[in-house]
Amino acid sequence: MIRPEVKTTSGNVHEELPLRMETRGLSVFYGKKAGVREVSLPIYNNRVTALIGPSGCGKTTFLRALNRMHDLTPIARVTGEALLDGQNIYERGVDPVEIRRRVGMVFQKPNPFPTLSVYDNVVSGLKLVGIRHKGLLDEAVERSLTQAALWDEVKDRLRAPSMSLSGGQQQRLCIARALAVQPEVLLMDEPTSALDPISTQSIEDLMSELKKHVTIVIVTHNMQQAARVSDFTGYFLTGELVEFGPTNQIFTNPKDPRTEAYITGRFG
Amino acid sequence: MQAPLARLKRPSALYRMLGDRVFVVVVTLLALGIVALSLGLGYYLYLGGAQAIERFGFWGFLTGTTWDPALKEEFGAWPYLVGTLLTSFCALFLSLFPAIAAAIYAAEYAPKWLVGIINYLVDLMAAVPSVVYGIWGIFVLAPFLRENLFLPAYLWTAEHAPGILPYLGNPSGYGFFTAVVILASMIIPYTTALARDAISLVPQAQREAAYALGATRWEVMRLAMLPYARGGILAGVILALGRALGETMAVAMVIGNTNIMLKLLGIPLLYPLFGPATTMPSVIALEFKEAVTDIHLSSLIALGFYLFLVAFVVNLLASYLINVFKVGGQRA
Ligand SMILES: Nc1ncnc2c1ncn2[C@@H]1O[C@H](COP(=O)(O)OP(=O)(O)O)[C@@H](O)[C@H]1O
Ligand SMILES: [Mg+2]
Repeated sequence: MIRPEVKTTSGNVHEELPLRMETRGLSVFYGKKAGVREVSLPIYNNRVTALIGPSGCGKTTFLRALNRMHDLTPIARVTGEALLDGQNIYERGVDPVEIRRRVGMVFQKPNPFPTLSVYDNVVSGLKLVGIRHKGLLDEAVERSLTQAALWDEVKDRLRAPSMSLSGGQQQRLCIARALAVQPEVLLMDEPTSALDPISTQSIEDLMSELKKHVTIVIVTHNMQQAARVSDFTGYFLTGELVEFGPTNQIFTNPKDPRTEAYITGRFG
Repeated sequence: MQAPLARLKRPSALYRMLGDRVFVVVVTLLALGIVALSLGLGYYLYLGGAQAIERFGFWGFLTGTTWDPALKEEFGAWPYLVGTLLTSFCALFLSLFPAIAAAIYAAEYAPKWLVGIINYLVDLMAAVPSVVYGIWGIFVLAPFLRENLFLPAYLWTAEHAPGILPYLGNPSGYGFFTAVVILASMIIPYTTALARDAISLVPQAQREAAYALGATRWEVMRLAMLPYARGGILAGVILALGRALGETMAVAMVIGNTNIMLKLLGIPLLYPLFGPATTMPSVIALEFKEAVTDIHLSSLIALGFYLFLVAFVVNLLASYLINVFKVGGQRA
């Protein structure tokens, strides 16, 4: 594996942490307009990385570049590299389907499959890879729902329609669905922005447990949330990564005046 | 942009109130008019057919298998009812796969320029008058099927399994199967158009949910799109069925118009696959102008009444099914 050049503002303090993903000079263009420009960012294994910044600064755009979701947007074009376990996922010959199995995603609005039951939602990804064995599926359902902190609430109604759950439960169901295929990385795009405070709390609570199994990248517009759940934080502004470092340092001792302005402005 | 708007004088309160009232009254009257029209239609069909229904009985007319305007003056709807249902459902079955495949292709796979062409052709196919399908059926489809399907199949069967020849029937080209194929090609555009629209209305979030799980394009279709769109697809299927049930001209032109049925377990239930058959609309259209006796005319109108009932039941069932299967409108 190539030794990653981690150009972080925090110096080389975290060089000993293993990398799960890394981008190098990653840009995404919508037509001629750049959504994000030249972003180089490390994503450490079994850590939570938060992406913060004002609306429209390119957080979602960057996140979707990490599992090749831009392939689905005809006008989007990605340049630069995104490495997963040292391999560039944009290299010729890499199967995006395979990448998305390894890098799961949770969206801003809960999007369970409405015609499927709770159980069938969770196993939908496993069935795609051909797992049909009832015992294995049952086991995966219990494991993923437990990891998503939903098991106790739904264990007696696994066959209920997914739409009968509350919004917060639906989002945790989507997390469980993404976890069921045991991805290496879980991308979360403002996963709590459509939820009430209690549901938000339960999702934040499960993240510290979750990162033992999976590397997490979370986009949030809520800085308190970033401060609470993440180990590393990247601050984006108008399509560029302004600063990246340990969450602690970003929030208490930002190096870049723009980061400082944003943080102090928000915490006020 | 502000100034011209501000300069507009607001209509007076009285004018607005009256306008509102008039609008409500007009809309209500039109809506009631539609209800009255359909009830009235059913009622007058019943009145027209009452003589036949009284003479043969509601069920007697429905299950009667004789249709003899000349000698016995006895009439029964059964062969026509069965013919209508069989041709329609077979056509539906035959059209389903190609229609949904075309819809999936148009909604998800085809390049943009081709989508436009496909949509145009689908709409065109739906707008072609049925007599044109009938002409095509007589001059192209029937001879083609006779030469390439019926005759070879008939000859092969005659040699290897002569026992089932009666089920194949006369391979003249004009009969049940040809009518089914014509009907299927007439209803394909309906199913295709509605299924295509239903598929393209599936929210992007649903596709992305499936893609993010590592689904391939087809798996996205199967896991996220088709289940979500199933209500709309079903609506298209039912609309197509409605059209097939009532289709007259094209069917009358190619079906051979014979009410001799095959028995299954002693009950007349089938028509020979290739041989001539008949349907309710086609017998009404063909015999109406030559019906001289009152009871013959009344029987034809009674057929219309039963056809009305069939359409009524199908639509009722349809709206129930669509409600059960639709996904939209739920909390999402
Ligand atoms: N599908 C798209 N087509 C064109 N421009 C887009 C598209 N998605 C996002 N953008 C643009 O890219 C920029 C970054 O957007 P986004 O990544 O959604 O920001 P954020 O998630 O930080 O709010 C914005 O200027 C937005 O208008
Ligand atoms: Mg966003």
